[in-house]
Amino acid sequence: MSRHSGRASEPGADTWPSLRLGTPEYPSLLAAIHDPPRRLYVRGDHTELLGGPCVAVVGARSCSRYGAHVARSLGRELAAAGVVVVSGLARGVDGETHRGALEATGATIAVLGCGVDRDYPRAHQELARRITAEGLIVSEYEPGVEPAPWRFPARNRIVAGLSLVTVVVEARDRSGALITADFAVEEGRDVFAVPGEITSSLSVGTNALIRQGAAPLLSVDDVLFALGIDRREAPPPSVQGPAAALLAELQVGAADVDSLARRTGLAAPEVAAALVELELAGLATGADGIFRAAVQAEAVGEQEAARDSRIMSRGDGSA
Amino acid sequence: MLAKTLTHAVVGLEARPVEVEAHLQRGVPAFAIVGLPDKACQEAKERVRSGIASAELEWPLRRITVNLAPAGLRKEGSGFDLPIALAVLAASRQLPADLLADHAALGELALDGRLRPVPGALACAEAARRAGVARLLCAADSAAEVALAGIEPIPVRHLVEAAAYLRGEQKPEPVEPVPATDRAPYPDLADVRGNERARRALELAASGRHNLLLAGPPGTGKTMLARRLPGLLPRLTLDEALEVTRIHSVAGFLPAGRPLVEFPPFRAPHHSASTAAIVGGGGGRDSAIRPGEASLAHRGVLLLDELAEFNRPALEALRQPLEDGFISVARVAGRALFPARFLLVGTMNLCPCGARGDPAAECSCTPQRISSYAARLSRALLDRFDLVLSVPRARAHELAAAGGEPTSAVATRVAEARGVLRERSPPLAGDAKALLDRAVDRIPLSGRGRARVVRVAASAAALAGSELTAPEHIAEALSYRPPADFGSGA
Repeated sequence: MSRHSGRASEPGADTWPSLRLGTPEYPSLLAAIHDPPRRLYVRGDHTELLGGPCVAVVGARSCSRYGAHVARSLGRELAAAGVVVVSGLARGVDGETHRGALEATGATIAVLGCGVDRDYPRAHQELARRITAEGLIVSEYEPGVEPAPWRFPARNRIVAGLSLVTVVVEARDRSGALITADFAVEEGRDVFAVPGEITSSLSVGTNALIRQGAAPLLSVDDVLFALGIDRREAPPPSVQGPAAALLAELQVGAADVDSLARRTGLAAPEVAAALVELELAGLATGADGIFRAAVQAEAVGEQEAARDSRIMSRGDGSA
Repeated sequence: MLAKTLTHAVVGLEARPVEVEAHLQRGVPAFAIVGLPDKACQEAKERVRSGIASAELEWPLRRITVNLAPAGLRKEGSGFDLPIALAVLAASRQLPADLLADHAALGELALDGRLRPVPGALACAEAARRAGVARLLCAADSAAEVALAGIEPIPVRHLVEAAAYLRGEQKPEPVEPVPATDRAPYPDLADVRGNERARRALELAASGRHNLLLAGPPGTGKTMLARRLPGLLPRLTLDEALEVTRIHSVAGFLPAGRPLVEFPPFRAPHHSASTAAIVGGGGGRDSAIRPGEASLAHRGVLLLDELAEFNRPALEALRQPLEDGFISVARVAGRALFPARFLLVGTMNLCPCGARGDPAAECSCTPQRISSYAARLSRALLDRFDLVLSVPRARAHELAAAGGEPTSAVATRVAEARGVLRERSPPLAGDAKALLDRAVDRIPLSGRGRARVVRVAASAAALAGSELTAPEHIAEALSYRPPADFGSGA
């Protein structure tokens, strides 16, 4: 750790650990893209994560609560299923995705658009520290390179390039996340988009992707199916009593404690306690006093044909 | 031609004895006050001169020197008017000097000779009693307050009455004790519709003395709820009431006719308040060290509405009283200790525009603005809030709901729970500890955060009348943890 924090004794580009294009350690999926970086600098010890299977989850920086919630639970569920979750360490969807993965196995890779030693944005310094310890940070830029706007689209090609599947959670019209999706399509990788409200400007980009043929993401299992992974774990822990009643209410729609109490006839303290039980079981999350059910897991094998047709896969690179 | 009276100077909350010596000599008529008088005290000259004239007593045409001893102590305020007037009158043989020696005196003179009450009467009266003085001459409006100290007040409305009393021409009027008030002067919880979760948080806060942070969009009743918290706290015991009264008296905040603060005080300073206004201060060239809002809220509730709008040094200065229960104000002019053990209630929006947490509105704040807003509270201050609650906007049908339980019913449960917690906190049951450990793994919870959850859970258990702190109490307590993105360094 100390070698990442001490600015004075910063190792130069020559001494910083990196992977060279053409060596066996270099991730093969990334090597297959149109213009792979010659060197990939790494921060952290878990370089085995580059072996995947990787899924990129990207989206808007100023995301909605819904987007943050979906990103976090996708990160968590994917990591729990044995997937390595790739994102860009930005605010909003990216950060939530990393956090979700850290809550599960910690298998997450952050791709930076600046020098590999930089914690950018500053607000994610602590998050970067945790990813360094449990996951991996990579960048094509040598230590000390300043973040610059034109470097982020370039970074997005690595995010997409490392991953078999790219999921866009929320994106405005002309969002950087759409650039990532474009790269993925060009390289013939699968793209999923999380459907959003048609009235929300944050969903314009993702809904447009769906119209263009991206598969709508309706459950984590959609992604796992595309990867050919069977969920390792048994279905999520079941809950009984008040918690089960509350979960049923939450699956109808997001709600606050008071309206849940009124609808279920439970007292406010009981509702609060049961919601914490659901949160600990990973079945619900709360933010700003509003609680939501986690992204639902469908039974594997259900409507497989339908799902196949939803997955956009254009191998000809002509997009 | 020398006469003396005893009075007191208030330093912080303490009253120090001051001897007022008046000396008359032949010479060109003059009037000097020596012994570190401040501006208000220096101006006593004019009030005393015209007060004596208005009382149709004689202003001695001599060279008058008044010394306030000890000379090194700064004398502040207008309470020296009456003792100075009495000493001058005694030195000019218009009053019996020997009788004056058994009395202490305190009060401000009006130009027409009437007496006005001064701040800090209770502290002065207590000091006089400790010094072994039997009676205290004071403004009639201060008499009830002076009587609280266990010393006999001699209420005077006018300098003439004081003179008549000391000459033995008039008996002092008996002071009627002010009857106790039945009802706390706070709004009732019955007026609050819906908001079950927030009501529960108030009940927990009152039971376990937990500081409470209410966050949510504007107009969701955060302030309305907070104003009902002091009503849930038990009435002050006599000792507590005297302690609180002393502070309010020194600050000059006692309402006329209500000498004793019987109920937990409620203070809600505006967010533009300075650090000194909140934690106490002053002590400059022309001002005394005064207790701040935090001390005025001692044994009651301090509401900081729009917490994030307060200036940061003021908020950080609250950490000492939140930890130690007192505030020490150190100035070149001296040092004062003010008790400040209060229940802190903060309210804030979830983002600068206020729309976050409101399903009907779209928040227009950028993530940068939100995080800089949340960062206005330090993690350290946020850690002092045991209960952090998001108050979402109530829906229309909720507002149409019937009013909730009245304050009196909730206060009864609170009093019982406080009794239980005073004896001992309900210990943690085995399965409750297991749940807590699981939660600590799953949710990033600091050591301090964990202790906070245990404290709140104990209050929930005490309210439920449970012997042990059970898993459901831990789970409920966990629901009051702050959002992960709150506070700087989060």
